Amino acid sequence: MWKRFASNIGAMVGVVLLIAVIAIAIIAPMLYPGGPWQMVQRPFLVPFTMEAYPLGTDTLGRNVAAQLAYGAQVSLLVGLVSTLVALLIGVPLGAVAGFYGGLADEGAMRFTEFFQTIPNFALAIVLVAIFQPNLTSIILAIAIVSWPPVARLVRAEVMSVRKREFVDAATLAGLSKPRILITQVLPNTVSPIIVMASLMVATAILLESSLSFLGLGDPNAMSWGYMIGAARTVIRSAWWLSFFPGVAIIITVLALNLIGEGLNDALNPHLSRKGRA
Amino acid sequence: MSTLVIDHLSIGLPEGADRPLAVEDVSMAIEMGQILCVVGESGSGKSMTANALMGLLPPGVTVEAGKAVFNGQNVLDLPESRKQALRGAEIAMIFQEPMTALNPLMRIGDQIAEVFAAHDRFTPSERREKALHLIREVGLPDPEKIIRAYPFQLSGGQRQRAMIAMALALEPKLLIADEPTTALDVTTQAQILKLILDLRDRRGMAVMFITHDFGVVAEIADQVIVMREGKVVERGVAADVLGNPQHDYTRRLLDAIPTGKLPAARAPRDVPALEIKGLRKIYRTGGGLFKPVREVRAVDDVSLTVARGEVLGLVGESGSGKSTLGRTAVRLVTPDGGQVMVGGTDLAALSDEELRRERHKVQMVFQDPYASLNPRQRIMGALTDGPITKGVPKARAQERARELLEIVGLGAEAASRYPHEFSGGQRQRIGIARALAMDPELIIADEAVSALDVSIQAQVLDLLRDLRERFDLSILFITHDLRVAAQLCDRIAVMQKGRLVEIGTVHDIFLAPQQDYTRQLLAAVPGAGWSQESAGA
Amino acid sequence: MDTFIAVLSRIAKAVLTLLAIAVLNFFLLHAAPGDPAVVLAGEAGAADEQMIAQLRERFGLDQPFYVQLGKYVWGIMQFDLGYSFRQGMPVSQLIMERLPATLILTLTAFFISLGMGIWLGVAASARVGRASDSLLTTLALLFYATPLYWAALMAVLVFSVWLGWLPAFGFETVGANYTGLARVLDIAKHLVLPALTLGLFFMAVYMRMTRASMLEVSQMDFVKTAKAKGLGGAAIRRRHILRNAILPVVTLAGLQAGQLVGGAVLTETVFAWPGIGRLMFESLAARDYNTILGVFIVSAAMVILFNIITDIVYRIVDPRIGARS
Repeated sequence: MWKRFASNIGAMVGVVLLIAVIAIAIIAPMLYPGGPWQMVQRPFLVPFTMEAYPLGTDTLGRNVAAQLAYGAQVSLLVGLVSTLVALLIGVPLGAVAGFYGGLADEGAMRFTEFFQTIPNFALAIVLVAIFQPNLTSIILAIAIVSWPPVARLVRAEVMSVRKREFVDAATLAGLSKPRILITQVLPNTVSPIIVMASLMVATAILLESSLSFLGLGDPNAMSWGYMIGAARTVIRSAWWLSFFPGVAIIITVLALNLIGEGLNDALNPHLSRKGRA
Repeated sequence: MSTLVIDHLSIGLPEGADRPLAVEDVSMAIEMGQILCVVGESGSGKSMTANALMGLLPPGVTVEAGKAVFNGQNVLDLPESRKQALRGAEIAMIFQEPMTALNPLMRIGDQIAEVFAAHDRFTPSERREKALHLIREVGLPDPEKIIRAYPFQLSGGQRQRAMIAMALALEPKLLIADEPTTALDVTTQAQILKLILDLRDRRGMAVMFITHDFGVVAEIADQVIVMREGKVVERGVAADVLGNPQHDYTRRLLDAIPTGKLPAARAPRDVPALEIKGLRKIYRTGGGLFKPVREVRAVDDVSLTVARGEVLGLVGESGSGKSTLGRTAVRLVTPDGGQVMVGGTDLAALSDEELRRERHKVQMVFQDPYASLNPRQRIMGALTDGPITKGVPKARAQERARELLEIVGLGAEAASRYPHEFSGGQRQRIGIARALAMDPELIIADEAVSALDVSIQAQVLDLLRDLRERFDLSILFITHDLRVAAQLCDRIAVMQKGRLVEIGTVHDIFLAPQQDYTRQLLAAVPGAGWSQESAGA
Repeated sequence: MDTFIAVLSRIAKAVLTLLAIAVLNFFLLHAAPGDPAVVLAGEAGAADEQMIAQLRERFGLDQPFYVQLGKYVWGIMQFDLGYSFRQGMPVSQLIMERLPATLILTLTAFFISLGMGIWLGVAASARVGRASDSLLTTLALLFYATPLYWAALMAVLVFSVWLGWLPAFGFETVGANYTGLARVLDIAKHLVLPALTLGLFFMAVYMRMTRASMLEVSQMDFVKTAKAKGLGGAAIRRRHILRNAILPVVTLAGLQAGQLVGGAVLTETVFAWPGIGRLMFESLAARDYNTILGVFIVSAAMVILFNIITDIVYRIVDPRIGARS
């Protein structure tokens, strides 16, 4: 499996890009001990004019490069934690619905469908607006709008695994239902969940940046979306203030998508089946 | 006159496949109006040969050498446009899976008429007329209705007839049939085979019939070619190959097929291992706010007994309720009425918790060797989960698991491996060991050898025969295949539409069947006439 | 008949969903930190004691919880979405004024992205493995990773600021007073950039889905049957593969409708497009919760409408649904 993943050029590009972003996030405090909010130069310094500030400065004379580095921390943190929370909601719900069927399934699926009908970005906006923008509310809002697809996927996978004969065999062995679900069924649904999770981190990063762009970011955390939102009005005079954070988002999201696709190809090799006699 | 001559054909597989050539140096000829059966087990290259003729080889698979002369030209190196003109018009093909071989979103009539459209023949209204005529010719009921029907509204046999209608549309000189009856019930299979024979007689076309089943060969073949791992191992006139096989492999395949030779009858003991009394299971579908409830009586008031040490065969076609009966007997399905008595306990009446403690009494061997083992669990786990839950100490359970793996012929070291490291037949052996590990009073084998190739099937049946002697097993052996049942069972029960039609010793069922349906089933068994002859010989 | 009943029950379900969203709205309002009356009043004129007292009475904030809930939901069922103190008019009126612009934008983006996405997906799948396929898939992957609002900003920068081809802001030229066709053309000109940037992401989604679905369906048995009939590649793709491959894309398009409406908030914000998304953005800064929740419930209603439409399309394409079971 790892061989298949490693031979996928796109996936390897993704891994390299992601490692670079993670590294920058980690060493940001060492590179820029002053933090992202410190004024270091005159405002609107054009990029590539001063060696110390290669990406220029913003409307208040803050170092754009430092802002980008600290922004990586926020993006990765929010993406990762909100995905974990979404999995914590979606996996158990989908697993129980798919495994037990009947009323549990009916109830869980109506609930999931309801959340899937609500326009998710609009709900995220409402949630963050009402609970005041901070990292916790942002993470929870993103998790709340992201779990329904997880629940549906896990339910579908569990339902298909449940029908296989080894589950019957486990029943005949006298194993209890919860034990069958946890030790026999769920381990066989892990691959698609991993693939989905890696794509969800990417979506969560986009969502976080969109919220920050609208001014719903954590006011104490520098984020890429906030940088673009703040620079929106000066796009005519200082294009680089919007341009660089956008590129940072694209690189990170692209890397995660490439990794997700690579994992998908490596874990679900049925699409590249070889011809047989 | 030869319709098709294949000359030294070799087909190469892509890199990384289990062998370099799918088909190696294969030659054959099909005469006008004759049926050539190409016989082989899975992986023998028989389908690849057919696909090569049609220009339908999967990507990466290529013709490496040889030619196939049809109509005076080598069809293998025609340009794609010429091949396309040939397909459907001069050479037609039907496939194994009638359920998936038709476009689900297109009406049957349109799919037939499309053959004419593809070759630019006739006007649309003529196409419709011809489609109606074809539907009539292949014996589909109510052509006016069928022509407007979608595939999901037809049964498997009807779909295969529709496929044949499509193949015949432009009166091809050669019909390639790739396992066209494998997915069908025996009685339907018999009808389709008869249809193909009739059409061959009426139209005088050549037929290349691919199959794994020598029974089918006996029914329809004029000429036979036996393939193994891409090579031809035997060829000849059907009667010669069947009656006097030259090659060892052919002989093994033929031996693996049960003939009319019935095993010696054994007197059943009086002690019952399983007693089923008045068992009922009704499936209800639909029943929403606006939908009427539909009831299917899957098991309808069935009573039968399996004596200790007996193998009872339960035979029926799909939808007969035989599998539901089996699953109800192990209480994977809870019955709507009746009793399932095992060792003095009525399994049907137990609560979930009580049931869990009684589970070990009845175990099951499943059909699909690829689905019946958890791909993420080592064999040891699969064999010890049950005994440990039952209360057997872990060390003892593991020791027993290794012992059983030896007994089923895999060796103790198999315990530490994962299912994907085993072949289908080996997995079935593991499944048997898993059932034995629980020391059950009764084993239910649900189509336990149906998914296996004939020669592997024979080995697993041998193993089961061996084990029943050794452990005095009581087995309820569920199968759609009367021939298989005859090899292993003491008595046979025949089911149809949820009801028990007839039950009796193998001899009685085969030689003196009492019910019409049993007689129909026996008559439909492919090669029935031939096997009786050879039994008499 | 079956279809009729199915559509009816679908609509019944939609009404129930809307009711549930109304209840959710109610709880969200009450979950906001602080006095609900003050929350409802928003920042504008929040200090006015008299108004807050009025609000308390109107929403029965001194009454038991369930009475408040009932009043609130009953109000929403009559399309009473409350009063925007910031804008000085009922929220429902505000939304009705802004809704046409949003509908024009989202529907245009929806059809452009679905049409182009399916077309490009089919084209890519027909050339699978070749350079043009790789180019299309790579571009799709890139668009898929691009934040909507950033693409919008860059489009403004390039096509309006640098090249000066298209207007960057607004719904039509202010003060031009065009009428008839001239006005339509003017609006269309303003629509190009917002609709394209909003559609770009979804185009990428539909293209990837169509391509994957086409490739999957092309492995199926009935495609082999079609080849065995002697049909050509193009006919097989059109008559057999595409029709089957498009079903999951239609389903996805229905599910994605929610994101499309959400994306409109960002696009309208960047392009100063006077729709309900822009209204939501403006209300955020003012903490005008009534308006925010009003837009929220209307956008949910739009999504439900999109879903019903895709359901009907699906029924038309797939004969298996409704005919049996």
